[in-house]
Amino acid sequence: MTASETFAQYDADMQAVIAEVTAIAPPPVTAMGRRSFLKLAGLAGGGLVLAFHLETRAAHAEVSGGSDTAVLNAFVRVAPDNTVTIFSTGPEIGQGIKTAFGLIVAEELDADWKTVRVDQAPIDPRVYGSQGAGGSTSIPRGWDPLRQAGATARAMLIAAAASQWNVPAGECTAAASFVCHKSSDRKLSYGSLAKAASTQPVPELTSIALKKRSEYKLLGRRYTGVDNRKVVTGQPLFGIDVQLPGMLYASYTMCPAVGGKVKSANLDEIKKMPGVVDAFMLEGTGKPSEVMPGVAIIAKSTWQAFKAKAALKVDWDESDASKDSLTQAAAKAKEISAKLPAPEHNVGDVDAAFASAAKAPEASYDYAMVSHQQLEPQNSTGWFHDGAMELWTPSQQADRGQAMVMRMLNLPYEKVIVHQTRAGGGFGRRLANDYLCEAAAIAMKVNAPVKLQWKREDDFAHDFYRVGGYHFLKGAIDKSGKLSAFQNHLVTFSADGTRPVSGGALSRNSFPTDMAPNVRYAVSAMPLQIPCGAMRGPTDNVQMFVAGSFLHELSVAAGRDHVEFLLEWFSRPLTPPEKPAHLSWATDPSRIFNPKRAAGVLKLAAEKSGWGKKLPRGRGLGIAFAFSYGGHVAEAVELSVDTNKHITVHKITVVCDIGPIVNMSSAENQAQGGAIDGLSTAMGLEISAEQGRIKQVNFGDYPILRMRSAPPVEVHFIQSDFRPSGLGEPCVPPLAAALGNALYASTGERVRTMPFKRAGYTI
Amino acid sequence: MPFQLNINRKSRTVDVEGDTPLLWVLRDALDMKGTKYGCGVGQCGACTVLLNGHAIRSCLTPVSGVNGNITTIEGLAENGELHPLQQAWVDLDVPQCGYCQGGQILTAAALLAEHPKPTDQQIAATMNGNLCRCGTYNRIKAAIHQAAGFQSPVKGDTHDGI
Repeated sequence: MTASETFAQYDADMQAVIAEVTAIAPPPVTAMGRRSFLKLAGLAGGGLVLAFHLETRAAHAEVSGGSDTAVLNAFVRVAPDNTVTIFSTGPEIGQGIKTAFGLIVAEELDADWKTVRVDQAPIDPRVYGSQGAGGSTSIPRGWDPLRQAGATARAMLIAAAASQWNVPAGECTAAASFVCHKSSDRKLSYGSLAKAASTQPVPELTSIALKKRSEYKLLGRRYTGVDNRKVVTGQPLFGIDVQLPGMLYASYTMCPAVGGKVKSANLDEIKKMPGVVDAFMLEGTGKPSEVMPGVAIIAKSTWQAFKAKAALKVDWDESDASKDSLTQAAAKAKEISAKLPAPEHNVGDVDAAFASAAKAPEASYDYAMVSHQQLEPQNSTGWFHDGAMELWTPSQQADRGQAMVMRMLNLPYEKVIVHQTRAGGGFGRRLANDYLCEAAAIAMKVNAPVKLQWKREDDFAHDFYRVGGYHFLKGAIDKSGKLSAFQNHLVTFSADGTRPVSGGALSRNSFPTDMAPNVRYAVSAMPLQIPCGAMRGPTDNVQMFVAGSFLHELSVAAGRDHVEFLLEWFSRPLTPPEKPAHLSWATDPSRIFNPKRAAGVLKLAAEKSGWGKKLPRGRGLGIAFAFSYGGHVAEAVELSVDTNKHITVHKITVVCDIGPIVNMSSAENQAQGGAIDGLSTAMGLEISAEQGRIKQVNFGDYPILRMRSAPPVEVHFIQSDFRPSGLGEPCVPPLAAALGNALYASTGERVRTMPFKRAGYTI
Repeated sequence: MPFQLNINRKSRTVDVEGDTPLLWVLRDALDMKGTKYGCGVGQCGACTVLLNGHAIRSCLTPVSGVNGNITTIEGLAENGELHPLQQAWVDLDVPQCGYCQGGQILTAAALLAEHPKPTDQQIAATMNGNLCRCGTYNRIKAAIHQAAGFQSPVKGDTHDGI
C-alpha cells in the first residue's frame, strides 16, 4: 500500500469504529440465545461467577471456591458483611458512568446504595462484550444487561432465602440488601445468603420481571459520584498516575506533519543525556490510529524524558507527509459550491417548492477545525513480561485497544492484558488508541514497565481533529409563511478523494434532515491528509449550528415567531427516516426523532428562558433545538453585547428529554458542562494548519472557556418511559445556534462562521 | 543533587536535578500523584500547589527555587477530616472527569484564606487561571460559596465511594 492508501485505510477504519460505537444494537430480550456456561477469568475473590455476555446475553457461571465472598455474576459480588460490589464495565471519562452503572444494577438488585462499592471491571470483552464509551451509548447499551444482572442476582438471593425458610419465593421480597418474609417476620441479609445464592440455578432472563419507572427506589434521584472522595484527595486514579516497581518513562516524537518518516536523529547525543536509558526509532504501522514513525526516548523520570525530547533533532523524510494548508480552503469550497453534485438525500420536489416560494433566502455557513484537548495528556503504561503485554490506559475503547495490540504484536487474547484507568476527559479523542499502541510498541523494546507520556504540545500536534466544513444553504418560505423546502450543500474534506473524512459526513441523525416536505442534501469533498475523528456530538455539533441558525434566518424572513415557526415544523407529517436496515435502533421508537418530544423540550425551554417576555435593552434571547444521538434537546441563550463586540452571556437554559434519568446530579452536571463546552467551542476555538503542521501549540493559542466567561446554566429534564438515551453528546449541538440567534436578536448581525471570534466577537 | 522539602507538614529529601519542576518531583520522585500535569507552561492550573498558603504553578517552579511549606491536594485534609472545600466538592458532586479538581480546590483554598466570604467576582477572578475542560464552573462556584458558609440549594445523597 502507498502511504496515501494507508492513510485512507486508517480513515476508513476510524469511520467503522465511529459507526459501531454510535450504533446501539442490542438484540431484544426475546431473541436471547440458549444459556451457556463459560469460564470467567480475571476476577479475584473466588466464589461463584456468573456472567452475562452483554452482546449475546449468554449467561455463564464458574465455581472457583475457597472464599465466603460470592460473585453472583460478572457484575455483582456480595461479601459476608453485606457489602455489595458492582463492576462497572465501561470507562469513566467524566460522564459519570461508574456511578450510573452501579445505580442501575443496584436498583434491580434492591441493594442498599450506602453499602454498595463500585469497581472497574477488568477489560475482558469475551465476558462483557463492548467495553467502550462513545456516541452517548453507554447508558442505552447497558440499560438491559445491567438491569438484568441486578434482577437475576436478586432472584438468586430470594431463591436462597426461600429455600432456607422453606417458603415459596413469591412470598419473599427484597429491599436495601435484605430478603424479607413478611408473614413470618423474618429477614436475612444478602451477605448471609450470598454463598447459598451462588448455588442456585441461574434464572432464565425471560422469567425476570424488571421494575417499572414508578417502582424505582434509587434511579432518578441525586447521587454524588462514587469516586468523588478519591478525586478531591488526589488519589491515583488516572492513566497518568500509574506507578509500577522499576518503571521507566518514555516520550515519543513524531513528525509534525503526519506521514513523515525518520531519516536520522541525534540518538547518540540523546543517549548521553542525564537519566536517559535508551533512545530508538519506531517504524510504525503508517496509521495515525496505531503507531506512526517516530523516536522513543526512555528515561528514569518524566522530566528527563521531556528534556531529552526537547534536545532531540530529527531529520524527517516528508515525501509522503501531509502538505495541507487550510488557508485556501474557504475560497476553494466557494468555488466548488457553484456546482451542486447529485444529491445524496432527496425528499419531495425541492425545485417546485423553490419555484412557488414567496421567499427563498440563501446563506453560506462555515466552521473551523477544532481539537479535543481533554485535560489529561495522552499516556499509557506497558510492561512486557512472561510472554504477555500488560497495559494500563485511559482509553475510551480499551477493548478495541486490546484487539489492536494483539494484531500489532501478534499475541493471543490471553497475552494482552489491558487495565482500564479513569480518564481525564475523552470527548471522542480516546476512541483512538494510538497512545496505547505506541506504549505497547515501546514496551516491547524495554526490559521494564514503561509509561509513555505525551506532552500537551503532542496533543495539539497529533489529534484526530473535528474537521471544518462549508455549507451552502437555500430555504423556501411558501405564501402562508411556512417552511416549504430546505437545501444543504456541504463542502467537506476527504482522505480518499471522495468519501467524507471521519466526522465530516452529513448528519443523517438530526434535525431537520428527515422531517421536511422537500429536502435536498448534497456533499462535495476536498482532499485532506490530516487525521480527523469524532468529537463530542460528532457532525451534529457543527451541523446543528448551521441548521439551527439558518432556520432562524428563515423564520425571521417569514416574519414569524421562531418558537411558533419550529413548533409548526414539528407538527407536520414526518417522512419516515431512512436508516440502514441492519441497525436495530433505526426502528426503536426511543432512538428516533419524535416530534412530540421535540415540541415538549422546545416549549419548556421557551417557558423557562422567558421567551416572548420583554427583555432589558440590549439583551437578546436565542433558542435552538437539536435531535442528536437519541436525545431531544432545546437550549436558550440570553446575552448582551457591548460596543467592542464583547459578549456577556447572562443565562443558558437547557431542556432535555433523554427518557428516564439515572442520576439527576450527574445528568445536570453533564448538561451544564455540555452547554459550556458548546459555548467555548463556538466562541473561540480554532485549529489551523500549514504545510501539514498544526499551528496551535498549547492552551495559550486555544482559549477554552474559563470561569470568568462561564454563565449560569439552568437545566430541566422531561422524563418519560422511553428507554434512556445518553447525554454526553445531545447537550452540545443546540448551543451554537442558540448563541448565534441570541446575538442576532441583540445586534441584528448574523454570524455564519465558527468560532464567533472570526466575526470579531469575544467573551 | 539532594533537596530538602517540606511537603504536607513532613520533611522530604529528594535527589534530582535542580531544574526539575516541583510537579515532576512530586509525581515521579515522591509518588504523589494528586498534582496533575496539564500543559507544562502554567496555562491550565492542573498542577497548582500551595507554597506558604499561596497558589503556585508547580510545573513552572524548579525544585531548586522552592523555599517554604508546600501543601498538595493530598495534604489538604488533616487527620482524615476533609477540608471544607473538599467536602463541598464531594457533596455538590462537582467533578466530572476530575482531572483539574485538585488544582481548582487548592486555588480556592488560597482564595478563602484571603477572602473568607468571597463574592462571585472574586471567585471568577481568582479561579480564572484554572481550566476545567468538562465545564464544571457553575458547581465550582457553588462549592466555594458553600465552603465559605453559604448554604447551597443543591445537595446530593452523599456517597463516599467505600
